[in-house]
Amino acid sequence: MIRRTLKRAWDWLDDRVGFTETFGPMVTHLVPRGARWWYVFGSATLLAFMIQVLTGVALAFSYIPSTAHAYETLQFITNQAPLGHFLRALHYYGASAMVLMVGLHMAQVFLFGAYKYPREMTWITGVLMLGFVLVMGFTGQLLRWDQTGVWSVIVAAEQVGRVPLIGDWLARFTLGGDTVGGATLSRFFAFHVFIMPAMVFAFVGIHLLGVLRHGISPPPKPGEFVSRKTYKQEYAEHIKKDGVPFWPDSAWRDVVFGAAMAGSIVILALAFGPPELGKPPDPSLIDAYPRPDWYLLWYFAVLALLPKGTETLFMVFGPMLVGLWLIAVPFISRRGERSPLRRPWAWAAVLLVVMMISTLWVAGARSRWSPNFNVQSLPEKIVGTSSGPVAAGAQLFYMKGCLNCHLIQNEGGHRGPDLTSIGAQRTKEQLVLTILGGRGNMPAYANNLTPEELNAITAFLESRGSQVGKPR
Amino acid sequence: MKENHNPNHPPGSGAETPEEISRRKFFRDISLIVGGCTALGLAVPAVGFIFAPLTRRAPNVWRTVGKVEAFKIGETVDVHYEDASPVPWAGVTARTAAWLRRETADQFVAFAINCTHLGCPVRWLPQARLFMCPCHGGVFYENGAVAAGPPERPLTRYPVRVVNGEVQIETAPVPIMT
Repeated sequence: MIRRTLKRAWDWLDDRVGFTETFGPMVTHLVPRGARWWYVFGSATLLAFMIQVLTGVALAFSYIPSTAHAYETLQFITNQAPLGHFLRALHYYGASAMVLMVGLHMAQVFLFGAYKYPREMTWITGVLMLGFVLVMGFTGQLLRWDQTGVWSVIVAAEQVGRVPLIGDWLARFTLGGDTVGGATLSRFFAFHVFIMPAMVFAFVGIHLLGVLRHGISPPPKPGEFVSRKTYKQEYAEHIKKDGVPFWPDSAWRDVVFGAAMAGSIVILALAFGPPELGKPPDPSLIDAYPRPDWYLLWYFAVLALLPKGTETLFMVFGPMLVGLWLIAVPFISRRGERSPLRRPWAWAAVLLVVMMISTLWVAGARSRWSPNFNVQSLPEKIVGTSSGPVAAGAQLFYMKGCLNCHLIQNEGGHRGPDLTSIGAQRTKEQLVLTILGGRGNMPAYANNLTPEELNAITAFLESRGSQVGKPR
Repeated sequence: MKENHNPNHPPGSGAETPEEISRRKFFRDISLIVGGCTALGLAVPAVGFIFAPLTRRAPNVWRTVGKVEAFKIGETVDVHYEDASPVPWAGVTARTAAWLRRETADQFVAFAINCTHLGCPVRWLPQARLFMCPCHGGVFYENGAVAAGPPERPLTRYPVRVVNGEVQIETAPVPIMT
């Protein structure tokens, strides 16, 4: 009885609104039978985005996008609001999943040659959405509005400030004025919760229109070429002969993978919680150590490792060239072979990008170019004595900032060379010359050391390591 | 008047009368013009509002950071003050800082805390007499000149003055290395 009533109600609603008529053909459109687990990353990206919308809307019920209150409201959400801690964590791991899934989806589409004719616009809208996702990730980190958030805004303004002619304009637009202040956070909030999600919604629509219009590209087979003259007819024949409805024949895999991804996000959120809130957003607190979230850590490393003098060129034109190259891909390689088995350069490109980002990510996580500000003076166990010029030199080595950048038996910084055995590698004259005049990335200390201090430091350094092999 | 909405003569079918073509063209053009003007009229104030910070320059003002006698000659310290145009909802974000050194009895020098590489806050190591940046390893000498690392320009200096026994620093925008 209830079932019949519900069915009648649904039929009435469906007749008046037209759900089945409008969306039925979409969800049951024919897809290639061989579309298996490789094809789940696109829907997983969309699901991650929906998780972000859901958790983001919930967070917006308590978050106040004001520079004076955002930090406090986040502390309230994290430490007092029921489920707030979990919700923030879900939002963070949802963002991480979205970045990861968009990367996997892009790599799969690239390797399968699915960007080729007639799906160029589907690829291009995907590239643009990659940009939107990264902007949302970056602006999301800023909305934490702790010390790192504030300094990340300044770093962003410095980067856009290098654009020729309009750099100053862009920097002021980023900051919302001359300095970080009342107008800064609210504009990032507007970008993060209105503009970028609206763009993603719009482009997901165009992206899916492309998917419906041209169909899902069948898994590539070696020797099956894409030709503008024959492709559409061949695809229509293939789908007619061997196609299955997307729902439910193919969609079940998307559901299973999406559920597994959502489950992983929940487990990570429960296990690790949200990213820690740093110190308050006070730009006058100088002891800051700003680092981007993991998905932009590799770019942080790039900025540290670029050869001196090339940063402006790279910061301005690097992202632009990468974007243009990605957009140009379907026009550079528009026809021909799609199979990854016959496209070794496609594999090489993907592997190169993965290796490059992984290596830079590790470098960014280590940040060995940064001075170590947490050093303590060397213990007697390492110095070898508690009196005399060697001990005095060890103390000066710490006080003059040498230990911030150099290692002595695993104590100190990594910015400069490890000096654990420097006594075996350099003569006293070489040491004096380097200390006074500087070298490469080392400052000159000529104006900062008395002759006695210089003697003590060189005595300490000469005492480091075996004397065997020392140049005469 | 003849009804123009004729389903039997859809646009482009070749069966329309010259009058229908003329009316359709007029309706199309007028709709596009009116719609475009309306959209533009609404977009101008919205976009103008978003870009307004570009046209508003905060006035530079002098902020007192302490009495002269509070600073020792030769010592470099960080001083905190409010930026030029704090709004009521800015909170602690309206605060800013500078590195200030008293060089002689009546001479002071102030440096921006921002590294000239990417703007991170540099720290002063008093014994080393160096400014070091925690982000990408930029190092500056005590006079602000580049000592090591990626920065290409010296630390930005702020105007300082002494008025009635008080040290004042002139507020300035975040130094952007264009």
